[in-house]
Amino acid sequence: MRFACFRVAFRPLFGYVHPRLLMAQPLDEEPGERTSEMSSIALPLPDPDIVTQRDQIVRDLVAICGADAVISDEDGRRAFETDALTAYRRMPLAVVLPTSTEDVAAVLKYAKANRIRIMPRGAGTSLCGGALPLEDAIVVGISKMNRVLEIDFHDRFARVEAGITNLAISATVAPEGFFYAPDPSSQLACTLAGNLAMNSGGAHCLKYGVTTNNVLGVKMVTMDGEILEIGGAHLDSEGYDLLALIVGSEGQFGIITEATVRILRAAEGARPMMIGFESSAKAGICVARIIASGIIPVAIEFMDKPAIEVCEAFAKAGYPTNVDALLIIEVEGSEQEIADRLAYIASIAHELNPLALVVSASEEQSAKIWKGRKSAFGALGRIADYYCMDGTIPLAHLPHVLEQITEICSRYGLGVANIFHAGDGNLHPLVMYDANKPGDNDKAEAAGAEILTLCVSVGGCLSGEHGIGIEKRDLMRAQFTDEDLAVQLRIKSVFDPDWLLNCGQVFPLDAVEAAMAEAAAAPPEAAEPGPAEAA
Amino acid sequence: MNDIMRPATEWELKSMIMALAERAIPVEILGAGSKRGIGRPVMAPVALTTGAMRGISLYEPAELVMSARAGTPLSQIEVELASHGQMLPFEPVDLGPALGTDAGLQTIGAVFAANLSGSRRIAAGAARDYLLGVRGVNGRAEIFKSGGRVMKNVTGYDVARGLAGSWGTLAVLSEVTFKVLPLPDDVATLVYPDLTDDLAIELMSTAMTQPYEVSGTAHLSPTLVRRLRHKGLSKETRSLTAIRLENFTRSITYRKQKLRELLAAYGAPLELELESSLEFWSEVRRLSFFPANGTHLWRISTTPSTAAALVSAVRRHMRVEAFYDWSGGLVWLETPASADAGSADIRRAVATHGGHAMLIRADEAVRRTVEVFQPLGPAVDRITRGIKTAFDPMRLLNPGRMYATL
Ligand SMILES: Cc1cc2nc3c(=O)[nH]c(=O)nc-3n(C[C@H](O)[C@H](O)[C@H](O)COP(=O)(O)OP(=O)(O)OC[C@H]3O[C@@H](n4cnc5c(N)ncnc54)[C@H](O)[C@@H]3O)c2cc1C
Repeated sequence: MRFACFRVAFRPLFGYVHPRLLMAQPLDEEPGERTSEMSSIALPLPDPDIVTQRDQIVRDLVAICGADAVISDEDGRRAFETDALTAYRRMPLAVVLPTSTEDVAAVLKYAKANRIRIMPRGAGTSLCGGALPLEDAIVVGISKMNRVLEIDFHDRFARVEAGITNLAISATVAPEGFFYAPDPSSQLACTLAGNLAMNSGGAHCLKYGVTTNNVLGVKMVTMDGEILEIGGAHLDSEGYDLLALIVGSEGQFGIITEATVRILRAAEGARPMMIGFESSAKAGICVARIIASGIIPVAIEFMDKPAIEVCEAFAKAGYPTNVDALLIIEVEGSEQEIADRLAYIASIAHELNPLALVVSASEEQSAKIWKGRKSAFGALGRIADYYCMDGTIPLAHLPHVLEQITEICSRYGLGVANIFHAGDGNLHPLVMYDANKPGDNDKAEAAGAEILTLCVSVGGCLSGEHGIGIEKRDLMRAQFTDEDLAVQLRIKSVFDPDWLLNCGQVFPLDAVEAAMAEAAAAPPEAAEPGPAEAA
Repeated sequence: MNDIMRPATEWELKSMIMALAERAIPVEILGAGSKRGIGRPVMAPVALTTGAMRGISLYEPAELVMSARAGTPLSQIEVELASHGQMLPFEPVDLGPALGTDAGLQTIGAVFAANLSGSRRIAAGAARDYLLGVRGVNGRAEIFKSGGRVMKNVTGYDVARGLAGSWGTLAVLSEVTFKVLPLPDDVATLVYPDLTDDLAIELMSTAMTQPYEVSGTAHLSPTLVRRLRHKGLSKETRSLTAIRLENFTRSITYRKQKLRELLAAYGAPLELELESSLEFWSEVRRLSFFPANGTHLWRISTTPSTAAALVSAVRRHMRVEAFYDWSGGLVWLETPASADAGSADIRRAVATHGGHAMLIRADEAVRRTVEVFQPLGPAVDRITRGIKTAFDPMRLLNPGRMYATL
């Protein structure tokens, strides 16, 4: 079977197996657990020694951070057993919600000394199981650390605690006409820490870049309990660009407690237009022509017919429903500049005979148009269970890839809605299935794996903004060679040689096993003076 | 330095590194060698240049993406981009003239390995922000890749970006893939004469905090202004503070007027039209006003609001000439020839005011004795060495170039 690696439980290739990587049985076969079908991804086995010490560990955590910060009862912990990939659940050992960097450091130092796994957590909106805990892990949530520490409009930065929500940053600086650029659709709930860990994007990233392009510095606690200060209010790094490595490391290097982000002065105004076509292919051509023409809108979003219908029913955004593909294109500037740019884009679109071309006539209409787009996942969630994919492709392949996606899903007997960031080729096929129908989840996962492999095969990647987590972990070899992976795994071992942080995520488990063995054999210590000095 | 190895393919590159690794021979890594004078002197018996690995391997103007082998001259890339109305948005600095070589020599691999971005840094981002993917060979002689050719990619750690600014100490890049953007239709510059450093920074920051997408700001001391070759400005004897707009002509006309009104308190600006603007900013990009004249040159990244104080702190100890880029956040500082290049005073000022400083120009003897890159705190130093070991455990690649023990 083509996607065997995605489905088969991990089996070690070599004799040695790190005891903590022995695989659990799929969840639905575990007695006493809530059953779940969508469970083909194997997770590291909990360490029974740690699990049996739970009560003592909870007492220790209370001693470290105070009783207010520790959640140990089952109901309380249940809120942390999954993220937005809800088919996977694991009851964590305990949950700590510290209120200071020092407390985070103390917890990590304690966990390291006792070899207890840690799962950093923001708001738990990860779509890839990135915040899924293990049963022998302490969840360290930083949602209580959400203060704004410093805002400097002159130097254009904000220093905040990392548990602040994405939207709260923009809301804080909005009165002065500023904003924080990355705008994931989940921005009302998700934390900056989660955004940093996932290098999250959003609709307006076409112009303003993703998280990594908008962060200047972080304070991060390593597994040793050491507090690292990387970057600051100034630009660029003095030595290696550690910030570049940390952003997008999915919580595997340390726990970020503070960050300094760029804030930008907002444009004088912004306005979206909607252009509808009879085919996705035409919409794809339109996007390519706009970009090639030398104009970069702030956002170019795409929806296909199923997505349009669902969003329109939910948000009453006024989307044209007689079209097969809809583009939402936003430009910025003064009134005149907006009018000029929209007219220019309209002239490009007209050559392709659009079925609909609507320029937003008011702030109200603009808000509705965006509300429809940003609530797409939620809207679809009301009518079906769905599995949200996140591959990116080179734009030229768009028509072909969309056709193939439909073909793949229909082969599995599943529906699909497509909604995505077209300007940068970041697709979000939403594969619809019925969680209550036996076998449907497996089909959705299999279809998803085929779609992502397709994205890679045309020159794209597995994930544009949601991250790998557990969900795409076993597909990493579709994109990377073992040497590519080894380069990444060694970096992880530098930050966390015992692999206690966010274990079981991002990389195929056998690759992790090899990396742990390598780290154990040759701990990544400081480079020794080499032959240069000797010479 | 007798031997220069010139791999023509990635596979040859791998074989060469493997051969060096077997004999534990360290190697200096070069592109065209235009930045060879930067960093601590590399103590290696052999050098390896990427110069024979050249050529643009992929260019999709409608997708704003290009891939090129690491040794491709930047000039070739910029010509190819310009012929499609596109550009490298981060305006890579050309240190040739300041280091006493010709302009236009550098290779694209080295542009990313050094991560030195020009005046569009604030509005558009740094070199590393445009780097989408790399291929290369590490000190273990492993061929690896990271990132890819698409704009959005969070598949695995961002190793590609992590290699930006590593100065050939972690891996030899064989190919880089980067995002490009359309060239602006038109350019205009407002130039305010005779402002003090403090006022100039205030002006530049005020301009940057308007919704007019100012794409470059620069403040030059009177001495530096006198060194300009720009036809319209070289006769000036006062300091100059420049504000650049790049956009459609209609937008520029509108935004220029808005800025003029808003900044009226800073005096009446001279105005540079398209040609004249391009001439001025290309001098800025080549740092033509810092000719190799026996002085030292520092590059200091700090916050705009502390930059002027930082410079006056240094000025108390020596005569300096300052060029403020990035609305004051980047200071290029010329300091008189001395045994330590002014290092002690500059490092102290940076420690007080925040940021980091790098010695760009000094002869070998100086670079052997003072830190060229910003010294690291103990925690970051430990991680830095760990990263080095992860990529290059035998310390074969550019040993000592960034830090003595790295
Ligand atoms: C409806 C919906 C819409 C979405 N839209 C978008 C979108 O448009 N663009 C986009 O990019 N994503 C989107 N997402 C995905 C998700 O919101 C992002 O990945 C977000 O950044 C996660 O933030 P969080 O605070 O919820 O983090 P969590 O889900 O709690 O954690 C995410 C990851 O970050 C790690 N982490 C958390 N806190 C820390 C810390 N302090 N230090 C280190 N690591 C930490 C976790 O271990 C985990 O690996 C969407 C999700 C939903 C449910």
